[in-house]
Amino acid sequence: MSTESRAAIFAAIRANRPNIQPPLPDVPFFDTNAPADLVPPFVEMLGKMGGSVLEAKDGDPIAALRAAITDKGIIATCVPELHGDPSLRIRAIRPDMAPTSLADVEIGVVRASFGVAETGTVCLTDDELIVNTSGFLPQHLIVLLDPKQIVANLHHAYNRPEMRSHNYAVFQTGPSATADIEGVLIHGAQGVRSLRVLFCPA
Amino acid sequence: MSQQQKPDTPAGRTNEGAPANLTHGAGASVTMPARGPEPQPRGAVIRGNHPIDQAEAAKRFMAAPEHLAMHDQRLWDLRQKRDRQKDQIEEWEELRQLASDIKTHTLTHLDTYLEMFEKNAKANGVHVHWAKDAAEHNAIVLEILRSKNAKRLIKSKSMLTEECGFREYAGEHGIEVVETDLGERIQQLDDEAPSHVVVPAVHKLRTDVAAVFARTMGTDPNDCEVTHLAEEQRDHTRPLILSADAGMTGCNYAVAETGSVVVCTNEGNADLSANTTGLHIVSAGIEKIIPKLEDAAVFVRMLSRSALGSPITQYTSHFRGPRKGGEMHIVFVDNGRTDRLGLEKFWTSLKCIRCGACMNTCPVFRRSGGLSYGATYAGPIGLIIDPTFNRHKYSTLPFSSTMNGSCTNVCPVKINIHEQIADWRRVLSENHEIPAFKKSMMKAAGMLLASPKLYRASLPVADSALRHLPRFIVYNRMNTWTRGREMPHVPKETFHQWYKKNRGKKGKKS
Ligand code: SF4
Repeated sequence: MSTESRAAIFAAIRANRPNIQPPLPDVPFFDTNAPADLVPPFVEMLGKMGGSVLEAKDGDPIAALRAAITDKGIIATCVPELHGDPSLRIRAIRPDMAPTSLADVEIGVVRASFGVAETGTVCLTDDELIVNTSGFLPQHLIVLLDPKQIVANLHHAYNRPEMRSHNYAVFQTGPSATADIEGVLIHGAQGVRSLRVLFCPA
Repeated sequence: MSQQQKPDTPAGRTNEGAPANLTHGAGASVTMPARGPEPQPRGAVIRGNHPIDQAEAAKRFMAAPEHLAMHDQRLWDLRQKRDRQKDQIEEWEELRQLASDIKTHTLTHLDTYLEMFEKNAKANGVHVHWAKDAAEHNAIVLEILRSKNAKRLIKSKSMLTEECGFREYAGEHGIEVVETDLGERIQQLDDEAPSHVVVPAVHKLRTDVAAVFARTMGTDPNDCEVTHLAEEQRDHTRPLILSADAGMTGCNYAVAETGSVVVCTNEGNADLSANTTGLHIVSAGIEKIIPKLEDAAVFVRMLSRSALGSPITQYTSHFRGPRKGGEMHIVFVDNGRTDRLGLEKFWTSLKCIRCGACMNTCPVFRRSGGLSYGATYAGPIGLIIDPTFNRHKYSTLPFSSTMNGSCTNVCPVKINIHEQIADWRRVLSENHEIPAFKKSMMKAAGMLLASPKLYRASLPVADSALRHLPRFIVYNRMNTWTRGREMPHVPKETFHQWYKKNRGKKGKKS
């Protein structure tokens, strides 16, 4: 069925497509006005999109991370900066874990491969998530981001090598959100209820 | 109609939902006053293959003042949010041109790029299927599900699956489908089609939603607090998600050079549907193909800004292959698209990225609700693609327009929507698909209809005018859309101004 249909579809396209040969345009990077320091615009956009920054006091991001997860229920860590520790209810995510086994997690901790200043976006890939569901089944997410890995805009984001090498990569911008009922904005539709970015060099 | 109020509590309410200063996603940027309860006006009456009487359904929608006011305010707010986003992007018009040009190139080389996608996707371990029509799409998906013995399917929003009537089909064949998008889930539970491509339940008041949830999930019918309603749905749906056997998503863009599928959602439900089970099925129209990743940037920058006035969807997800230990399938569907490609005047409608901006700006849509069109695709884009599915049944839809051209102005891929509406009127009239009474109207329209540009110039298109146009059009009964079957008069000054500026200069050219 599918093979015959494939042939029929291609034949129909070839018979019907408009007989013109317009070129594919090149897409510029549109970055001439990009500021030198991309952290402030990233932070501003992250805030507008419903996310926030987890402040590292005294320049110690790991201390801030520990403070943010202490006594908060089950924690899932995908980052080497935070080790698994059953006594602290910190679960280290391993590739062999079932996707749904993360359903009871309160806070997931993951590293982004890069950020996008234009939109306050972080890019999470399957390698960093280890189990893909660790990006959206936890109730809350803390994302480690190297400030040097922020690109100016989405044109640069799509030029990153990650986009060609991962089976799954998500541009996550703030938390899961819906406003499907009368425009009232709700954070935590089906995915994470909050997203905090912690600046932390890789 | 009251004026738009200043955003003092932009999220719509204090002490509920997200912080009140935020307006991202589909969040309202104006205070939406409490409205309802009021019985929900339902959509067009479907009578087999008879032409849809959109005006009749619209009349009922307009007779429900609470629904009408909310719907109109809500969508106009999305339009205004879109304008504010657009104004912040210096290269906006350049992006629109790029988007349009990329689509022109791709659609005229569709075979090449589909082949490229197929080759790359297969190399990534993705199964690629081809479906001539809706029935084949449904059968293929069912076969995949059965091969995995899957009984429960979680799904993110997809207009293509609506077009294919997939949910009903799956239900009849023993598959339990769980929509994971809040709006789509509301519509599924209410057994009603989505009324808008981006915000499926936008025509419902919170009181309507509370009634649906009470009936289907046993919640308190008097609890209309939006946070509670959303939370109820999250709690109710999550166990279904966690116990599902398969997942399904739509496809916003299929990138040929990488074989990857891009899906945009605000709730994260494409990610959830794709990654939670071991099976991910993608339904994609063949026109969703784009050549390169750099092209994706153009569309992603414009989609959510055009749709909701938000810089980007909360989740823009890229699936290039199956997750570890999982399986990924993509079903490419024609279902009339190759025919459309051969329609000289209408093939560019295939550029549509389903942003819904043309609906949000359309005075007819805002005043009548998406369900009044009685078709999968409502609003201006619906008027120009529905007749390709059924010329008789949807023959009257191209008349549900004030021809103000605002849809064309906001369209991120620069489809000449209002000109195609005029062209459809002519085509349907010539093919005797138009009822007699509408035919005489067509004649009376005379030279105006013969020249959509001329017609458009005859109407005020400034935003302020557009804002008030619906009232003018609706209550003066001067448009085909309402009961008065006359064409609007041509305001003399506007016409003369136009005449002087254009025809006077260029000579006798129509
Ligand atoms: S026709 Fe244009 S404005 Fe309307 S939904 Fe499609 S892309 Fe958006």
